[in-house]
Amino acid sequence: MYKYDTLDQTLVNERVAQYEGQLTRFLNKELTEEEFRPLRLQNGLYIQRHAPMLRVAIPYGLLSSSQLIKLADIADKFDRGYGHFSTRQNIQFNWPKLEDTPKILKELAKVEMHAIQTSGNCIRNITTDQFAGVAPDEIIDPRYLAEIIRQWSTFHPEFALLPRKFKIAITGSSKDRAIVQAHDIGLEIFANNKNEMTVKVWVGGGLGRTPILGSVIKESLSWKHMLTYCEAILRIYNLYGRRDNMYKARIKILVKSLGIEKFKQLVDKEWETIKDGPNTLDELEINRVKAFFSEPNYKSRGTDELSKYTDNKQFSQWLLRCTHKHKKLGYRSVTLSLKSNEQAPGDATSDQMRSVAELAEQYSFGEIRVSHEQNLILADVLEDDLFELWEKAKVQKLTTPNIGLLTDIICCPGGDFCSLANAKSIPIAKSIQDIFDDMDYLHDIGEINLNISGCMNACGHHHVGHIGILGVDKDGSEWYQVTLGGNQGNFASIGKVIGPSFSEEEMPEVIKKIIGTYVSNRHPDENFIDCVSRIGIDPFKKEVYGEKGKK
Amino acid sequence: MSSQLILNNHIANDEWQLIEPPKAQEEVKKQAGKVVIFKITGEASLNQDQIEKTTFPKSGKIILPIQVLLHHQKALMDRIAKKEIGIWIETHEEINSFIDKIDDINKFSLISVNVRKFADGRIFSIGNMLRMKYKFKNELRAIGDVLRDQLFFLKRSGFNSFLIRKDRDANDAILGLTDFSTPYQGAVDQQKPAWKIIKR
Ligand code: SF4
Repeated sequence: MYKYDTLDQTLVNERVAQYEGQLTRFLNKELTEEEFRPLRLQNGLYIQRHAPMLRVAIPYGLLSSSQLIKLADIADKFDRGYGHFSTRQNIQFNWPKLEDTPKILKELAKVEMHAIQTSGNCIRNITTDQFAGVAPDEIIDPRYLAEIIRQWSTFHPEFALLPRKFKIAITGSSKDRAIVQAHDIGLEIFANNKNEMTVKVWVGGGLGRTPILGSVIKESLSWKHMLTYCEAILRIYNLYGRRDNMYKARIKILVKSLGIEKFKQLVDKEWETIKDGPNTLDELEINRVKAFFSEPNYKSRGTDELSKYTDNKQFSQWLLRCTHKHKKLGYRSVTLSLKSNEQAPGDATSDQMRSVAELAEQYSFGEIRVSHEQNLILADVLEDDLFELWEKAKVQKLTTPNIGLLTDIICCPGGDFCSLANAKSIPIAKSIQDIFDDMDYLHDIGEINLNISGCMNACGHHHVGHIGILGVDKDGSEWYQVTLGGNQGNFASIGKVIGPSFSEEEMPEVIKKIIGTYVSNRHPDENFIDCVSRIGIDPFKKEVYGEKGKK
Repeated sequence: MSSQLILNNHIANDEWQLIEPPKAQEEVKKQAGKVVIFKITGEASLNQDQIEKTTFPKSGKIILPIQVLLHHQKALMDRIAKKEIGIWIETHEEINSFIDKIDDINKFSLISVNVRKFADGRIFSIGNMLRMKYKFKNELRAIGDVLRDQLFFLKRSGFNSFLIRKDRDANDAILGLTDFSTPYQGAVDQQKPAWKIIKR
């Protein structure tokens, strides 16, 4: 993975000093609340319901063992012994003290980490495919490009105060696991017919209160122009994006109101003036960064250990659900589930973090990835080591074999922590996990993505969940709206609302009925999402609301 | 009281006088529902009445709102040549809309961009375009809600002059110019990105 040189380290150290100064000026009343707000946000600091929340950047979801150990130490020393991994591949601490935040940032800087631009109206953490570099279907490893974008976007002076937040995602696979179409800019890297690295650019996608999938603005662009083209897009957005209404300030609204053609025209015209300018990429920089992501020392395939355990049902289930194909023969990628029903989705205790760091050190070249499904991944595990790893991870409750299944719920912090929430989301996740605790049944109903957001901001990506749950506020009490048929990846779509919202108590029953409808309508081997697209949402509606009407 | 002006990294005396137009008489109606680019935010420019009624002294260095300047451009030729006239633009004003009405932008020894709210980042793009695209070489000044924590970005976007908000100390604000030593990306002040300058 990428290692800081003096330049990187100096910037991060200078940032800590800058932030410490800003906080001091704020506490001395030399900065008003309003003036301090964007400064603290751009350093990941929210003022939440109970305490400040600090969001730490995990660039494109990649962590080393020593970084994860540092996060565990911070959780113990400054928080309540756990952290929350978010859908943006970041980690959030929910209970730090305001005065402690500079100390936390100093600790982070020691392991090449920071909280820069994890919030606020600026370019946020770049996200990518959690299986980048190891997926068998990958065309180009996007990680070094993600790192190049990270550096370019860090303290970019022109885009330091945008109309609204700005998210960029990049993928290099035919199967889009980075949901690039749901980002302000989505970059898909491929090889053109001359085998040159080429970028397809999407713009104006986003979730939030007006979910829209992105439009293609450039079918093919040479990698050299990746940064200048993004600059042109951002400049047009910076100048013309709305600043009078924060709900209409995302780039998707600008693209929609102008139309993609007009928007593209403006961008291309601007790009003409900066194309081939100083920020044009060259081989030198590409190769410098690429070298950090070269293949680890893979061993050749050993004995066929796995066949010994075919009788172990628990292990087989886990193997099926939680390990994934790897480009190297004899290796698999492992997802450690943070979705047991004993903790909130995406939460990890400091003990769990330390043991994952240890497992990574032992079995996966000392690297960990955070997935946007809020789980942790060990990307390079020798098949022969899987059983041993499974037994150790089990002790820490990291082996719930539910990856991709109904209870692998993606869930935002919601009303328990977030001051913007309309409703709580964690208890809903838990109540669903509690009623669907029969692993055999879960496997039988197959792949279902369930996403929960506590408000329109859609941090839980509810629009693209096969089943989406959104917290809404009705006369001051908490209600839940359900959508069906959302999807991510190449067949991305936005879910449809099935009808009036439900109370917290009704939710488990509603999900039960939805699953029931699927089970009684599905063709053999038909996935939930395929069944929903085939039969439409009406049969589900009938089942869910029909009986209520009779009451 | 010491000066509020930072010019080329030093506190300096301000020789310029800002000429304020009179307040608009009637409310300008927003064009609801209509998508007109450059007016998407509905911010009003000066109306004809305001432009005509703006008064300014006959001598000395003055900064005129761009519309007022264009209105009097012919009459002000001599003073422009004497470097007595500066331009004032707002962050919602379109440079394209006036740049071709001015034969040589470098005849003006000062352009100031007014940022009404410090969080309005349009000023950065405007600075960049004035320097890079329109090749403006003289004093580029940020005025309005100009505060310490934006100075580094303003500097990188081509500004070399900062009129710090009245209630803040310019001696404190000036420290913001040196928050970071070597940034990653190319911008206006340092046009090449770090990787093209130093061996990494
Ligand atoms: S979706 Fe809403 S409630 Fe949930 S974390 Fe985001 S802002 Fe908070």
